[in-house]
Amino acid sequence: MSADMGTVAQMAEVAPAQVSGTREVLRRFVRHRLAAIGTVVLLLLVVACFGASWIAPYEKGAQDLLIGPTGPSAQHPLGTDELGRDYLTELLFAGRISLAIGFFVAVFATVLGTAVGAIAGYRGGALGELIMRVTDLFLIVPGVAILALALEGLGSSPTTIVLVLAGISWTYIARVVRSQVLSLREKEFVEAARVVGASTTRILVRHLLPNLAGLIVVNISLATATAIIVESTLSFLGFGVQPPRTSWGNMLSQAAGLVGTEQVYLLYFPGLFILVTVLAVNFVGDGLRDALDPQGKQL
Amino acid sequence: MIAYVVRRLLLSVPIVLVASFVLFLAVRETFDPLAKLRQSRDPGVLERETVRLGLDRSVPEQYVLWLKGFLTGNWGVSSRTGEDVRTVIFAALGPTLQLITWGVLFAVVIAGAISVYSATKQYSAGDHVLTTLSYIGIALPAFWFGLVLIQLLAVLPRQWFGLDEPPLYFVGLHSPGRTGFDLDYLRHLVLPVLTLTITLVASWSRFGRASMLDALSSDYVRTARAKGVPRRQVILRHAARNSLAPFVTVVALDGALLFGGLIVTEQIYSIPGMGRLFLDSLLTGDVFVLLPWMLVVAVAVVLCNLLADVGYALLDPRVRLR
Repeated sequence: MSADMGTVAQMAEVAPAQVSGTREVLRRFVRHRLAAIGTVVLLLLVVACFGASWIAPYEKGAQDLLIGPTGPSAQHPLGTDELGRDYLTELLFAGRISLAIGFFVAVFATVLGTAVGAIAGYRGGALGELIMRVTDLFLIVPGVAILALALEGLGSSPTTIVLVLAGISWTYIARVVRSQVLSLREKEFVEAARVVGASTTRILVRHLLPNLAGLIVVNISLATATAIIVESTLSFLGFGVQPPRTSWGNMLSQAAGLVGTEQVYLLYFPGLFILVTVLAVNFVGDGLRDALDPQGKQL
Repeated sequence: MIAYVVRRLLLSVPIVLVASFVLFLAVRETFDPLAKLRQSRDPGVLERETVRLGLDRSVPEQYVLWLKGFLTGNWGVSSRTGEDVRTVIFAALGPTLQLITWGVLFAVVIAGAISVYSATKQYSAGDHVLTTLSYIGIALPAFWFGLVLIQLLAVLPRQWFGLDEPPLYFVGLHSPGRTGFDLDYLRHLVLPVLTLTITLVASWSRFGRASMLDALSSDYVRTARAKGVPRRQVILRHAARNSLAPFVTVVALDGALLFGGLIVTEQIYSIPGMGRLFLDSLLTGDVFVLLPWMLVVAVAVVLCNLLADVGYALLDPRVRLR
């Protein structure tokens, strides 16, 4: 998962990317059928969730105790929960938190990871070594365990969740960026910049960063997918988003006890929302990788 | 090779030590080891316990004290159950190791078979189906998959066919009063193993397919074919064998992830292993179990990583470990 909680196989698929002409990249991305579908699905989800106040069929949290839990019907496409709340409405509102957590975790982790990795790679030496040993620490204890421990200690408001998740997911991108920078810093254009007197900061920001753009964009998409799954897993275990706030993860954890009962449909839908979202994000990520790195291997 | 293993082990000692110190700090900051005694009516008990556990000393001193105890086999007593922590952890390791063994075995065989099939029949209908499934497998929240499995493979068939018992069980590893390897055990294993491995099977098979494709398009495979080696033999002896090395590395490096997956799997299926132990200890603030737990898992993961490198060297003679 994070990228660092993701399986190693997934990591291996993030190929180094090179940006070559925005138009060309865009063309290749659009031609990637799955990526195009993923983009559309993702846009629909984002609009539906963040525009839920206008789009959702019912008011958030509106109860209809008289009908209680009912299966999917014309009035309630995804049924209602035990308080008679429209499940589709609840899912759309819950999606805001899930999507936001996923996105912000990915962005923070990527920014932090890129900064650390770039510095470690460019400066090298003892500092670089030290930073890499720190990332080693994160590899030897399961992420879920660290996360649960941290959230138990720090409480689990959405902000804390984002910070904690980002706090352990940055190590993967830091490693990748470092290895890229290690090879980039030997290139002529970096040497040229150094010769004309560019400062380290300028070299990092103006010369190295643009070369890492593809890698960074791809990582943000894959890390988003991972963060959404991790958040839902933590919520299931009781450490994620807490009621009355809702996320897909904690809706799932509330429905977990319904296995084997009449209301099991309440279990299916939140999971399907997560599945579809993560699939869409992954397709977009794949499309971006292929578009940004035409020489890369198609997996 | 032996020298290499020894050196790697020695090198990982400082990493594990630093990790244990950081975890010690984190756990000490988060939990109060004496929380249970705070409501005690005996005013002296708090002080006595504080002194007995060494909580009146500085944190680094406490750490050294704890580490000494850990290394000499004195792991303390669980504040939740009052049992010896070492006994608790070793008891929990049993079911966990069973799940890991069966899980890894299952995942490797299935992912390996899918890789070989998909790569040799690239872009066939079967390949497309399997690739699509692997995308879905990676995007699945595993715990949800586990719950849905219970509904679809245990609860529903039982209702449909009016059975007294579900065809697959979803509580524990044995029915009460039974032990050993029998049909009952297998019926308990299917669902947890599927839940634990779904993500791994999906991502390993994707990785395996890619590395198999790599091998199939290499020169030595073309040479072997040109020489007239039977197709089956080319695929299995030449290509599969060579793509095994990176595959083994990936498998071994996912060790940490497997322990994370166990937490979820054991929770869903009420299996009394390490994952359950972690959750129970965390929720009751049982620091006496949490710390050794983390350390045992950390050591296991370090060993897995070492295994990855050794395995790579064994499978790929070009790699020399020094």
